[in-house]
Amino acid sequence: MSAALTPAPDAAQTELSGAEIVLKALVDQGVEIIFGYPGGAVLPIYDALFQQNALRHILVRQEGGAVHAAEGYARSTGKVGVVLVTSGPGATNAVTGLTDALMDSIPIICLTGQVPTHLIGNDAFQEADTTGITRPCTKHNYLVKDVNQLARVMHEAFHVATQGRPGPIVIDLPKDVLFAKGKYVGPEGFKHRSYNPRREPDPARIAEAVDILANAKRPIVYAGGGVINAGPRGSALLADFVRMTGFPCTLTLMGLGAFPASDPHFLGMLGMHGSYEANMTMHGCDAMIAVGSRFDDRVTGRLNAFSPNSKKIHIDIDPSSINKNVRVEVPIVGDVAATLEAIIAEWKRRKLVADKKALAAWWEQIEKWRGRNSFGFKQSGDVIKPQYAVDRLYQLTKDRETFITTEVGQHQMWAAQLYKFEKPNRWMTSGGLGTMGYGLPAAMGVQLAHPGAMVIDIAGEASILMNIQELSTIAQYCLPVKVFILNNRYMGMVRQWQELLHGSRYSESYMDSLPDFVKLAEAFHCVGMRASKPGELDDVIKEMLSNGRPTIVDVAVDEKENCFPMIPSGAAHNEMLLGPSASGAPGKPVSEEGMVLV
Amino acid sequence: MPPQQTIERHTIAVIADNEPGVLARIVGLFSGRGYNIESLTVAETDPAAHLSRFTIVTSGTPMVIEQIKSQLDRLVPVHRVCDMTLVGAHVERELALLKTVGSGDKRVESLRLADVFRAKVIDSTTESFVFEITGATDKVDAFVKILQPLGLVEVSRTGVAAISRGAQPM
Repeated sequence: MSAALTPAPDAAQTELSGAEIVLKALVDQGVEIIFGYPGGAVLPIYDALFQQNALRHILVRQEGGAVHAAEGYARSTGKVGVVLVTSGPGATNAVTGLTDALMDSIPIICLTGQVPTHLIGNDAFQEADTTGITRPCTKHNYLVKDVNQLARVMHEAFHVATQGRPGPIVIDLPKDVLFAKGKYVGPEGFKHRSYNPRREPDPARIAEAVDILANAKRPIVYAGGGVINAGPRGSALLADFVRMTGFPCTLTLMGLGAFPASDPHFLGMLGMHGSYEANMTMHGCDAMIAVGSRFDDRVTGRLNAFSPNSKKIHIDIDPSSINKNVRVEVPIVGDVAATLEAIIAEWKRRKLVADKKALAAWWEQIEKWRGRNSFGFKQSGDVIKPQYAVDRLYQLTKDRETFITTEVGQHQMWAAQLYKFEKPNRWMTSGGLGTMGYGLPAAMGVQLAHPGAMVIDIAGEASILMNIQELSTIAQYCLPVKVFILNNRYMGMVRQWQELLHGSRYSESYMDSLPDFVKLAEAFHCVGMRASKPGELDDVIKEMLSNGRPTIVDVAVDEKENCFPMIPSGAAHNEMLLGPSASGAPGKPVSEEGMVLV
Repeated sequence: MPPQQTIERHTIAVIADNEPGVLARIVGLFSGRGYNIESLTVAETDPAAHLSRFTIVTSGTPMVIEQIKSQLDRLVPVHRVCDMTLVGAHVERELALLKTVGSGDKRVESLRLADVFRAKVIDSTTESFVFEITGATDKVDAFVKILQPLGLVEVSRTGVAAISRGAQPM
């Protein structure tokens, strides 16, 4: 007893409370900003936060917003996003964001409070089995019951979140562990005993890949979010590879920005709402190199008709992504940047040149497909076309440092089609999970990471209401985030599917009793503006860009506009439906097998 | 080349940290992704290193089996995944305890069959036996089936444990 009351001087210096260990580990890992919401179980951490200045805490208005904000922060910087929430409802509210980050491979550390260890399993107040609930929606999770393991777990979590395919990690922290005193160890020399994913590709596979690429007559590069996760070097090497070979390049929704949209080799996004030329090139190619992309069902369309005559190379850091949906000839497990570098080096070592004659013929065919102008639209009359609004936004922001986030639905697809990204990390969208309500909190996180940049959430009037409370956070921290609502008074993508698949029976997809978004903005200390006619649009956008304040722009757009082109569910890449503005005959209607698909 | 659609049965050995939740991670992976588990056996096999060995018998198309192995290998506490079926020669055994209740001829017959199957009597009353049998799954299946008309009232099985033949460890 007396020993405890008069500890040795050196022990007193090295012993920290659990809460202090958490914060010290975050600082030592280079964290500057955390997104959170306090509650009973995490009060010790909030008390420690109050007594330091190294970490900035951003108080969100709901825990779901905290995770999306951290995702936006992570996606736009390449760093880990950190979240702090309380036990029970704090943790359960974070689940959607965690699942979103898992699907889109975003590195997140989510610290959750927990009831004290002696109450776990007792149905205590605000108790939830957080590690049980989050096991399938995190890359890994921890329940820390011993304060002396806390520092190690914190550093291990950063290792696991960032190595291999990035993902979200939950660390569940019982309140007694946060109060207990324990030893801190730094991150130096940390080595994981089981999780050390391979980064360097197998040279034999590189040689096989180069053999296929060198003999390709009709090649395509199909790149995805993995390129962006490989860092700026990944994107630079992708551009080097494409320009060295002269191959056409398409990007997935998650990959936009990994290759400059202005480059003539770029075919636009592929997949369900991708360009005609990208999908037809995928369908007709004889050699495909998939770079950090995962053959998602939104990309492949009907699997048994997917790119039927090609030899496929797949580069992915996650072996479980390879041969999951589509069988490939050359699987390469490795970091995208390391692998592209090896392929380029092997190509140069062998002094290879692409088959110029075959490639010229292939490009001639691709240009014919490109000539269909599948993202085309006609702005006429008094009603604003949503595509026109996105295009004007692009034209008026393309020359400045702009970051775009989106919600989920038609507006997201129009943004992906029409906003041209030249650089990686400028485009934040919920791809895999398709989480409505993602864009506003994500924009918040992006703005905090890039205070001087223009950050715009291209939104729909339905999605924006799902996390509208975060306007209050935006006001509190004076974040000049812009919300650009394409307001068609419908859950547009739901309405589009009901029109195409369910006999135009618009069941529950009309957005009745919408708020007045101008007054809503004002109520949240933001600027509200409205554009109802095409002629008003440019002035409103210019005002939004110059006012330096958080702003909502409510753009009344054509309620009936559908998002084309479209590969209907259960159809193949060469069975696209083209919009009325594209040239050529319309595609086939949706099959019965397609109806059951999502 | 169309993907092979035949369903194969594979025995997979997994070495993982013996820590809370690791069994739930593995079982959750199978249920969440719709894979089959025919049997699963687990115990700590290296107490010094806190490592457990799981033996999982599963079935699926070759593509699904490959997915199962990649998904298992990606779990953070998993150190190694080994497909015993692909590695080649290996032995599989399971242990079963069977309780029979009866008297007269049936009781005598069950004892005689136990002898044929090299099962041991490990508990007995005047009206019951508990047999212990060890063997490959089909041998245990056969013993269970043959005891059914002879008063079998309860079966407890361990599931399969497997190890490769020869001098080389996994």
